[in-house]
Amino acid sequence: MTDVVMPQMGESIVEGTLTKWLKKPGDAVERDEPLFEISTDKVDTEIPSPASGVLSEVLAQEGATVQVNSVVARISDGAAAPAPAAPVAAPAPAPVVVEAPPPAPVAPPPPPPAPVMEAALEPEGPLSPLVRKIARENNVDLGKVAGTGAGGRITKEDVLAYVASASAPAPVATPVYAAPAPIAAPAPVAAPAGPIPGAAAPTAKTRIEKMSTMRSKIAEHMVHSMNTSVHVTTVHKVDMTKVAKMRAKHKDAFAAQYGMSLTFLPFVARATVEALRQFPIFNASIEGPNIIFHNEINLGIAVALENGLIVPVISAADEKNVVGLQKSIVDLAARARARQLKPNEVQGGTFSITNFGSFGSIFATPIINQPQVAILGVGAVEKLPVIIDDAIAIRSVAHLALTFDHRLIDGALADQFTQKVKQILENWSEEVL
Amino acid sequence: MSYSDALAIQLETAAERKLGLGTDHLFFVEHPHVITIGRNGHNENLLASEEVLARSGVELHHSDRGGDVTYHGPGQIVAYPVMDLREWKRDVGAFVRAIEQTLIDTLADYGIFARRIAKLTGVWVGDDDHAAKIAAIGVHLSRWVSTHGWALNVTTDLKYFQYIVPCGLSKPVTSMAACGCPVDAQAVKSTLAKYFAANFDFELRAAEPALTGDLK
Repeated sequence: MTDVVMPQMGESIVEGTLTKWLKKPGDAVERDEPLFEISTDKVDTEIPSPASGVLSEVLAQEGATVQVNSVVARISDGAAAPAPAAPVAAPAPAPVVVEAPPPAPVAPPPPPPAPVMEAALEPEGPLSPLVRKIARENNVDLGKVAGTGAGGRITKEDVLAYVASASAPAPVATPVYAAPAPIAAPAPVAAPAGPIPGAAAPTAKTRIEKMSTMRSKIAEHMVHSMNTSVHVTTVHKVDMTKVAKMRAKHKDAFAAQYGMSLTFLPFVARATVEALRQFPIFNASIEGPNIIFHNEINLGIAVALENGLIVPVISAADEKNVVGLQKSIVDLAARARARQLKPNEVQGGTFSITNFGSFGSIFATPIINQPQVAILGVGAVEKLPVIIDDAIAIRSVAHLALTFDHRLIDGALADQFTQKVKQILENWSEEVL
Repeated sequence: MSYSDALAIQLETAAERKLGLGTDHLFFVEHPHVITIGRNGHNENLLASEEVLARSGVELHHSDRGGDVTYHGPGQIVAYPVMDLREWKRDVGAFVRAIEQTLIDTLADYGIFARRIAKLTGVWVGDDDHAAKIAAIGVHLSRWVSTHGWALNVTTDLKYFQYIVPCGLSKPVTSMAACGCPVDAQAVKSTLAKYFAANFDFELRAAEPALTGDLK
């Protein structure tokens, strides 16, 4: 018996729609012969059979959404034991999601071997010929039937009640052998891998899932960074009112001209680049006893993905204005989410920015992206009452959180750097755009 | 080139690729008026009867590509990448994303800001409420070898789309010309090829004369 599973069609693909069975249950199939078709994302794919034999069971109907690696069919090698009629839990972790009606009755499997248990399993005590006959016809192990007659004798009613109760849960194509499994064999449900439906197994308290490759890599990087750098975070409050006004003024024209919205991030990126030029130690890395100063400013921008994050890099960010930075950010973020980044676009960063403000965070303590020595976190821009010259005014305020590597950079310098970024943002002038 | 002739060339190339022979190809063609219904197509998305189509000079084809109903015709660049994805990324999602990116990059060169819309394949222009499809995508895979591909409306006469509900979606279609960019299809093809090579990490090479000759 060979399981046919929904194949892995790509890193980002977790399921597909089974669009067509090219074989019917009972059909003979050759190994590698197209067996069914799936549709993922407008791509239709023929899936070849993993083995030669007879398609004995179809577990996912046409139109059903099927998880990757879940069993959609079984192929028997013809001479093999009959397929169990009641669906047994697939050993694969992902369950078959069936939107269509539940698996239709499978074509009758080759008849199971004739029951041979009468003599062996007969209970003690006298049995009427009628009871024996009913038991034989229904393939009932009389040892399992509780007798209610005189002296615990099994009556005709006892057998019929037993048959009625036992046959209910397991629908099988051929009524004669109705539900042989629960009655005939004391321990026939051999599938060791998965829980048996209906069995009174205790509910699991945990669920085990393997980390994705991306998750493992992120975990590795985070631990590596914490073990490498001495992380210190300093937070500065920045009045973004000027930038907010500038942004409001150009927003519509920008959207019309470039087809994307103008956010706060490119302003912060631009200001950061200016500050990096003045404080090159923030655009450096440590190699043994040496400090490597990078002459290019390659700005990493953290992008949140559905199940992880990636930091694509704007190369030569110091050569770009706000418009250019915004275009790069939008482009890199879109391609990061579409998993279309090229390897060189996630390498070579010399400083990173993470924009957790877009998720509403006021400030956070970001972790340095190795081998860099600092990372700037941008908090949410919000309108707050601010005291200016003893008067209360409403201003757009954001918090900038700079995490720096204290091995290389001291607190005073980190604050000077952040103050520089703050100063540029608070005194924004049109020319910088 | 007729739809069936183009299909024959694709299948021939795909058969070679399945055997591990030959190289990956990107074919550019322009079809006469034809409406094709994909494997998941619904006949109710075909709005005209076969007789009406025949009278308007539109052929009808049932196709094994993914997707629903679509129209091909003059002024539309149809591209068929026949590739062995085992030698690329082995990733259907990445394949479609790379095709979309090729189209987005190409259109950007002509000043058209096109984009993806979540859950909808194809490439779109305009904001969410007024999105119009400028390029359709439908791919078939057999043993990781791709056939079919995409169709980019350059100067397509959009009135032919009235016969169908494109891809089963009640959203309008558009073309580069309708976006204010009446360009030369030949030029667009080289731009497409350039970005295709960039997005797929391919080196561009002209096809053997035998094949190009066929495609004229």
